[in-house]
Amino acid sequence: MTNEQPFIDVRHAQKSYGTLEVLKDISLQVSKGQIVAIIGPSGSGKSTLLRAINDLDPLTGGEIWLEDKQVNKDLPHRQYEKHINKVRQEIGMVFQHFNLFPHLTVRENITLAPKMLKGISDKDADKLAEEQLAKVGMSERIDYYPSQLSGGQKQRVAIARALAMKPKVMLFDEATSALDPELVEEVNLVMKALAEEHMTMIIVTHEMGFAESVCDRVLFMDEGVVVEEGPPEIIFKNPKNERTQNFLRKHLNG
Amino acid sequence: MDFDLILRVYPYFLEAALVTIQLAVLSIILGLACGALGAYARLSRWASLRFAGATYVSVIRGTPALIQLFILYFGGPQIGIQLDAFEAGVIGLGVNIGAYMTETIRGAIIAVDKGQIEASRTLGMGGWQTMRYVILPQAARLMIRPLGVNINAQIKGTALVAAISVVELTYTAQRYIGSTYKPFEMFFLAGIIYMVIIYITGLGINWLDRRAQIK
Repeated sequence: MTNEQPFIDVRHAQKSYGTLEVLKDISLQVSKGQIVAIIGPSGSGKSTLLRAINDLDPLTGGEIWLEDKQVNKDLPHRQYEKHINKVRQEIGMVFQHFNLFPHLTVRENITLAPKMLKGISDKDADKLAEEQLAKVGMSERIDYYPSQLSGGQKQRVAIARALAMKPKVMLFDEATSALDPELVEEVNLVMKALAEEHMTMIIVTHEMGFAESVCDRVLFMDEGVVVEEGPPEIIFKNPKNERTQNFLRKHLNG
Repeated sequence: MDFDLILRVYPYFLEAALVTIQLAVLSIILGLACGALGAYARLSRWASLRFAGATYVSVIRGTPALIQLFILYFGGPQIGIQLDAFEAGVIGLGVNIGAYMTETIRGAIIAVDKGQIEASRTLGMGGWQTMRYVILPQAARLMIRPLGVNINAQIKGTALVAAISVVELTYTAQRYIGSTYKPFEMFFLAGIIYMVIIYITGLGINWLDRRAQIK
């Protein structure tokens, strides 16, 4: 890290469920345009950390900052709702299971939130949907329902839906883990294209090859701590920590 | 079986069936309103509302509908509630089925995948917007069939108000037994009419369910 102010700043993140501590004092700075991968065994806390960044899984200790705004503020319910709904518009999120709205068409999936939250006209919303779908190569399916799409297509629409809010950051929570192997690539390509546009991204993934080729930085997490972090060429080729080595041995050969 | 008798009295039974239908429709509308409020209370952020909702459901489901009707109709005047038999019937049956509908509606809402809420909230939509535009449209489809079961039960449940002398189908059958001494024919006729009402209602619910399914 240089002395540049971090874009996303996770300060001493701590989270427990009862006596189980899933995040143990994690700090993480991401600068604008940076792409960070978080890897680690399941149960390591990587998804919890990602979901804490937009306060979907609130921390029990520590702070999350996006630029000059604190995300996880302790406010009375009404004020908190107002605050978090504003902040979340700037943080796009993509889920493992897509979570498209099944009762809405692809177009409506994309335009619902911009219409509700930004009050844009139907015409502008349609244009927005077309733009975003073109980006993910899904223009032809604009009036389909999610159930008529393959997993890879669903995920591309989910990415378009998040992008339609014009977020400053994109969070990917194992975006390709639920996909059939032959559908992973089309989603990876969309994420690569986003990387080339210098979108700031935090990516929780099991795809080591993808993390290596796309990310600027890799964090290896285990048991609620960041065990090791660094540029992908170091983490993947020459990890120092034994736990990282063991994990990668299993995943790179598997 | 005395078919001549049935042919002679059935027009009066059909008139009584209209009262049964009115009772059913009005009490179902009231029940849906109670059910919506009850589900809202049971899913509320406020513990006191959740408690009120849970109490409503367990009191109503824990006591016979007949006792509830008796308390309302016979016991009501003692505490200053004066209702005629029909009003007491509609209110008693409506509040009763409302408790079952509370659970149906609540069940459908919580059956919608949690990921839907998360996706909506991460886009920046508020709790109410998420409920209105993401959860309820999906829950509504899930609740049509189980609400159909509640409605079916309610149509048959209207027979209870014969006990507080509302002149509906069952009461009418009893009355004609008094003058004809033919309980088999009279109850048989009433049963057939209930069945027709329920069959037609069932067709309507099936139609609604098919129409509402997500493509």
